[in-house]
Amino acid sequence: MTSPTPPTTRGALEKREARLAWSLLLPTITIVSLVIILPLLAIFWISFKPVGLADLRPVAPVVRESLRERGGDYRIEYRVRNSSQTKPVTGVSFVDVIPDGVILLEVPEACVLDGATLNCAFGDIEGGFNERLRVPVTLDGDADALEEAVEGSEPTVAGRGDSVMTNSEFTLENFARLFDGKEFWQVMWATIFYTVFGTIGALVVGLFAALLLNKSFRGKGLLRGLYLFPYVSPIIAVAFTWVTLLDPFSGSLNALLIQMGVTEGPINFFGQRPLALIMVTVFEIWRYFPLSFLFILARMQSIDTDMYEAADMDGASPFQKFWYLSMPMLLGILSVLFLLRFIWTFNKFDDIFLLTGGNAGTRTLTVNVYEQAFAISNIGAGAAVAVVIFAMLLLFSFFFFKYISQEEGL
Amino acid sequence: MSILRQGIVTAAIIGLFWAFVIATTVCVGLSFASGFGFRPGILGCATLGVAGGLALIYVRDLRLVMGGFGAAALALLFTPLSPVLFADGVPLLWQGVAVALFALFTIWPLARMLVEAHPGPLNRHAFEDAVIRFLTGFGYIGFTAVVLIPFYVMVMTSLKSQQALLRNPLDFSIDLGRGLDLFRSYFELFAQFNFGSYLWTSFYVSVLTVFITLLFSVPGAYAVARLRFKGRAAFSRSILLIYMVPMIVLALPIYIAFSMTGLRNTIPGLLMIYPVTTIPVALYMLQGYFRGLPGEVEEAGLMDGLSRIQVILKITLPLSLPAMVSVSLYVFMIAWNEFLLAFMLLDDPSKFTLTRGVAMLNSSEIPRQHLMAGAVIATLPIMALFLGLERFMTKGLTAGSVKG
Repeated sequence: MTSPTPPTTRGALEKREARLAWSLLLPTITIVSLVIILPLLAIFWISFKPVGLADLRPVAPVVRESLRERGGDYRIEYRVRNSSQTKPVTGVSFVDVIPDGVILLEVPEACVLDGATLNCAFGDIEGGFNERLRVPVTLDGDADALEEAVEGSEPTVAGRGDSVMTNSEFTLENFARLFDGKEFWQVMWATIFYTVFGTIGALVVGLFAALLLNKSFRGKGLLRGLYLFPYVSPIIAVAFTWVTLLDPFSGSLNALLIQMGVTEGPINFFGQRPLALIMVTVFEIWRYFPLSFLFILARMQSIDTDMYEAADMDGASPFQKFWYLSMPMLLGILSVLFLLRFIWTFNKFDDIFLLTGGNAGTRTLTVNVYEQAFAISNIGAGAAVAVVIFAMLLLFSFFFFKYISQEEGL
Repeated sequence: MSILRQGIVTAAIIGLFWAFVIATTVCVGLSFASGFGFRPGILGCATLGVAGGLALIYVRDLRLVMGGFGAAALALLFTPLSPVLFADGVPLLWQGVAVALFALFTIWPLARMLVEAHPGPLNRHAFEDAVIRFLTGFGYIGFTAVVLIPFYVMVMTSLKSQQALLRNPLDFSIDLGRGLDLFRSYFELFAQFNFGSYLWTSFYVSVLTVFITLLFSVPGAYAVARLRFKGRAAFSRSILLIYMVPMIVLALPIYIAFSMTGLRNTIPGLLMIYPVTTIPVALYMLQGYFRGLPGEVEEAGLMDGLSRIQVILKITLPLSLPAMVSVSLYVFMIAWNEFLLAFMLLDDPSKFTLTRGVAMLNSSEIPRQHLMAGAVIATLPIMALFLGLERFMTKGLTAGSVKG
């Protein structure tokens, strides 16, 4: 007698199900790899390249054609130039069709006339190359119509420019410059301060808010909605409101503080070290406490009340109930939130960018990407910072999956 | 600790702190409402707070204490011991209102806080209850103020004129006599700054983002939730991993690619990127919901001869309508609030989204009230949506928003 064993090969049904699953996932996988995986690979590539913002324009020959008249003599003028001031273009040539009614009087030496098509070759041209090629012509017919015909037929241009993006020139300078000097450590310090205190602050404030609303009373729904406002509204609106509110010259908060006698003169909240870093962290806490508040409140409301009744019978005081009963139950969600918020605060760009633009010691790693790539116009350096961010993130997500997978739900 | 738990000490300290909290609140509130100068008088708060706290535990007659407290506060109004001090030129009426508000909101909640307190040593329960009630009151006031003040300032600034703002940044009182002229900044934004078009662009970009996101994430979520295939666990993990890639890292290569292909400054270019940032979130939220649906219903459908696609369309989707609303709202919110990509990819003022348009207003040549009016225009629709559909919104936030 053979004992029944589960099949060891995959059955037809199972295969069909897997096939269906993959076909349902295919669109998502395709678009995600196009927009996320591809750029990620690109950023690694760029970080090893000496690319500036100006190099984004392709290096290519440009030819403009026009029909000019001087003293009754007509000529076709081709203006040939190199779009780049520094990089050479190789094998430059163009082909243009001469319309009927235009007769060339003379063919320049760089060109060959073949029927009605004019072939001109320039070979290799240097950066900043800019030349006019004048071809005298006579017109047979209406000058205006012919001018339109001449200028309407765009010459076909050929020529290969060398792009920094695709050539085999690599450099480690981006990284060398990044780690060199104390600027990098300032950026790291700002990032760590902002991330650690922003995360912990949002968690603690969220916990406090959740404790406030973890009872039923009239107007509770209203307050809950209100406390979510900072998170729901557009970042741009709230960031600019904070900037307006804390403005040293026309800000209401400074006016209020001076009037209450807290300070003598106005405080430049977003403009001086180390206050600016503290203020952007406070803003981060203000904006993201609703999220932890919402999660913690949801968890609190699912705790069984029997436990608290039992504790009441045993004479536990309110703080004891919170510390010995609620906290252990909340520890799971708190650690999940901590890890998630940590990663997301680390990734945050918009807030600091809008509040201070990364000035006054608030430049975090993410702001540094923008700063390097666009303010200093060094895309390669920006990409190098992005690679550092990504590497740190891989480290975080290792922890994330190690600990989070034990928690239910996430 | 034991000294703190003496009824007298507890009552005095809580009374003192609470009087100070209320005095500050009243001053800030009245300053913002009237533009006059108010500030808490520390000495007066201390005296009245301690006295009020002690009176509450010694005198049993609540009405007597309340009346006495109010009378004392008003009597101290013109002395240096007044709980609220005034700058020059504050009308008498406002002074009276300030002190009356202070008295009312100090003694009445204080009575609730100290309801279990009595002279002599307090037991642990009575002490902690008093402290917790104090912290609760403080929390309600603190949170509400901290959340509301920026929004109040946003709306009120947008209704003011530049000169009025510079003259007295504290004065948010509204001159109703100006009538429709109050909304001048808004009219100017729509007439001169093209905000009508930005509003429309933001709206249709967000709606299209929602549709594209759902189109991709519904089949994906169904596959992850219901179908068995190799690599399912790895796939759901990589969704979360993709979640964690910061936008600024992606924005740089996207900017480069779009510059080279001419997709920069186009709405289709934006629509290629926005959904991809939301698909992982939506997929993650939806698969959680699909998993919670009873599989038997779908199996019954399969037995009756429906194909899988038909099962999704005719059974799963109608059953998960609430989840779809939550996800749609959440995605709409992300797309509507998106700033970074719009900022980097759009330079042409005729193609701006609303957030990009507001960013444009942040310049020294454009008055502040225009910027704030722009902020209000960007905030209002999302707030209206949020308040109207709060149930779905909070559900969506809790279900999927591991994203910041």
